[in-house]
Amino acid sequence: MIPEIGHFALILALCVAVVQGILPIYGAAVGNSALMAVAKPAARGQFLLVLTAFGCLAYAFAEKDFSVLYVAATSNSQLPLHYRLAAIWGAHEGSLLLWTLILTIWMFAVTLFSTHLPESTRSRILGVMGLVSIGFLLFMLTVSNPFERLIPAAAEGRDLNPLLQDPGMVIHPPMLYMGYVGFSVAFAFAIAALLGGNLDAAWARWSRPWTTVAWCFLTVGIAMGSGWAYYELGWGGWWFWDPVENASFMPWLAGTALVHSLAVTDKRGGFKVWTVLLAIMAFSLSLLGTFLVRSGVLTSVHAFATDPKRGMFILAFLAIVIGGSLALYAWRAPRVGLGGSFASVSREGMLLANNVLLVAAMGSVLLGTLYPLFLDALDLGKISVGPPYFDSVFVPLMAPAIFLMGIGPLAQWKKASLPDLAKRLKWAFGVSVVTAITLPIVMGNWTPLLSLGLLLAIWILTTGLVSLRERLTHVAGNNLMERLASVPRSYWGMQVAHCGIAVFIVGVTMVKGFETEKDVRMNVGETATIGDYMFRFDGAQDVVGPNYTAARGNFSVSRDGRETTVLYPEKRRYTAQNQIMTEAAIDPGLLRDLYVSLGEPLDDGAWSVRLYHKPFVDWIWGGCFIMALGGVLAISDRRYRIAWRREEPAVSASTRAARRKVA
Amino acid sequence: MKPRHKRFAFIGLGLVVVVVATWLVMNALKSNLSLFHTPTEVANGEVPKGRPFRIGGMVEDGSLKREGDGLTVHFVVTDTAKRVPVTYKGILPDLFKEGKGAVAQGQLAPDGTFVASEVLAKHDENYMPPEAAAAMAKAKASGAQQSKSLVVPEGRKDSL
Repeated sequence: MIPEIGHFALILALCVAVVQGILPIYGAAVGNSALMAVAKPAARGQFLLVLTAFGCLAYAFAEKDFSVLYVAATSNSQLPLHYRLAAIWGAHEGSLLLWTLILTIWMFAVTLFSTHLPESTRSRILGVMGLVSIGFLLFMLTVSNPFERLIPAAAEGRDLNPLLQDPGMVIHPPMLYMGYVGFSVAFAFAIAALLGGNLDAAWARWSRPWTTVAWCFLTVGIAMGSGWAYYELGWGGWWFWDPVENASFMPWLAGTALVHSLAVTDKRGGFKVWTVLLAIMAFSLSLLGTFLVRSGVLTSVHAFATDPKRGMFILAFLAIVIGGSLALYAWRAPRVGLGGSFASVSREGMLLANNVLLVAAMGSVLLGTLYPLFLDALDLGKISVGPPYFDSVFVPLMAPAIFLMGIGPLAQWKKASLPDLAKRLKWAFGVSVVTAITLPIVMGNWTPLLSLGLLLAIWILTTGLVSLRERLTHVAGNNLMERLASVPRSYWGMQVAHCGIAVFIVGVTMVKGFETEKDVRMNVGETATIGDYMFRFDGAQDVVGPNYTAARGNFSVSRDGRETTVLYPEKRRYTAQNQIMTEAAIDPGLLRDLYVSLGEPLDDGAWSVRLYHKPFVDWIWGGCFIMALGGVLAISDRRYRIAWRREEPAVSASTRAARRKVA
Repeated sequence: MKPRHKRFAFIGLGLVVVVVATWLVMNALKSNLSLFHTPTEVANGEVPKGRPFRIGGMVEDGSLKREGDGLTVHFVVTDTAKRVPVTYKGILPDLFKEGKGAVAQGQLAPDGTFVASEVLAKHDENYMPPEAAAAMAKAKASGAQQSKSLVVPEGRKDSL
């Protein structure tokens, strides 16, 4: 009964989505405010309906209702409750439901925080989101229904893939989807602006916080996926340039470009056409990511379904969304206008160069991801494009972008002078170059890539300091604290996010330059040394978990004779599917991770063992979280809070000016 | 600079980036593509010499041997028509099993052994890497004699 309620709620949601997708947009076109007023209640109603459906599916999982095919396929009576609930998005159908739920959450948020928008704009935005929602609801109801019954009911479920039974996996998909789907808001804003033909600085200011929030979620989501791969796959790698990873990285690159381009549109009214194109691109890549990951084109833990009907549906949906929005763009963009002019050496110029590089990098990732698929589809042979391709394309494209990242914030808008910039940055440049060359030599391993990585990281930090110092001399305040406090949060947000990149680069560079890896055979009592650490294998015991049995190894780690830690890696056998899983043991640290994973049991209690010493590896994810924190700081800026509160955009400019004067 | 010159400068900059990116992509693709070959093609000598490539197929039952160091393994990959001996030093993935599909990346040694640098078996037991399945389907289509029935993947939700 409960699953049928869920199914019915989805059907109702589809009806509401159709109304929401058509009436408000039509109303906005003909200027009928009664029709436009439909948007808000429809969006909220749709949210409640999809939430009901989601709740019903959660209930089926919690109650172990194996008469629902999806529940039987992805859970098991022995699976603990929190993983049963996480199993809702553990496979294809449920993750689409999660996607749709998140889309309606974003819609609901738009209805809450859009009181200051003109009615026609708001109804267009909600209408566009309703149209996107139609696609997903239709997809679920026609080819991938999570509430499909299994009659007779299964006695026992097939269990969730053991790889996904992990706390990181509980949070990773919702985070990633919040990011993916969040770009639908920026997309809806862009389409609404194209439909309405009014693309001004106010438009950019409204869509900026939405885009930044989505970008933050996506950043955290990708970082968590990468962290999961690191500790769960047992290979010690954190990024494999796997197509599914690329699928989430491409929207991130486009989204990053969009965040920067929106800044120019907001502050200077420039880049309008380009910003709209990037908004379309970011969301299209999110959809493409869903297609790549969920259609079975790529085979990995993520590719749940290999049903060609589903693939065709998503492909058609993609063609309609991308083709339709690009056609609209081609038709309407010329009226939008290009915005203010600027010199090639200026902040706009550098942001433009940065955008072009980001998009070029995105394109090269796209090519490397899709090329093998095309060759395969056309029957021209099977190839694989490995990490070396991505490394050798990505690094040369990103290095100049990151170099510009240091200069951009210091350059004036409209026109900057190169000699002046050089004068202001000579110290930062000198310090960066000297440290980047000497530090690796001191550490005893000089390679060009190591120096390049450190150079870029230190360059970001030192130029950030120069910029902050200049900023502080320009703000009002009697002492340093007051001055620091009067620097706007959006500026802090930018600096923090850029520092996050620096931390990330340090992590990547140090891991690549100094990591050590060893595959060894270890008898009980034997030792192996890696880095400065000595690992002693004290044998393995059998342990029993809720839905698995395991051999648990016992490793004492010591450094200079003092014990550092004891690590317990496991080799698990999940009983439901008789599947073997390696559970690595990690001793994390600010400056290094120690990582042990068990290979196979050999004779006499010996095991083959993989040992890693990974310096600074946690900085990689730390950097991502700092980037996201920067995004959060940026959206907490006063100017947006004022924007939420005010009724009419025109009023606030004067009130704000008045407030300034009073202050 | 006049606006027209400026526009040319920007278009020029864009073109330069595109050209550089294309050059990088072409260069990287040329040296980093790894082609996939079936054991039959390896046996017939239709594979690149001195360049890494991938082979895929089924790990023959009873072919897995481990050397005394516990790390070097030998096994045979077959598409049911031809067999290729493979050596690999390192820890095999969790889902690597005799009688199941596997894909290996590596180079052909002069003695005809495939020296693998990486062994992939990312999939669960009901599922075969698409390359491995394709290798066997190809051998079957070419009329080679069959030694045993095979697991061929089909589109199902249990291929999770």
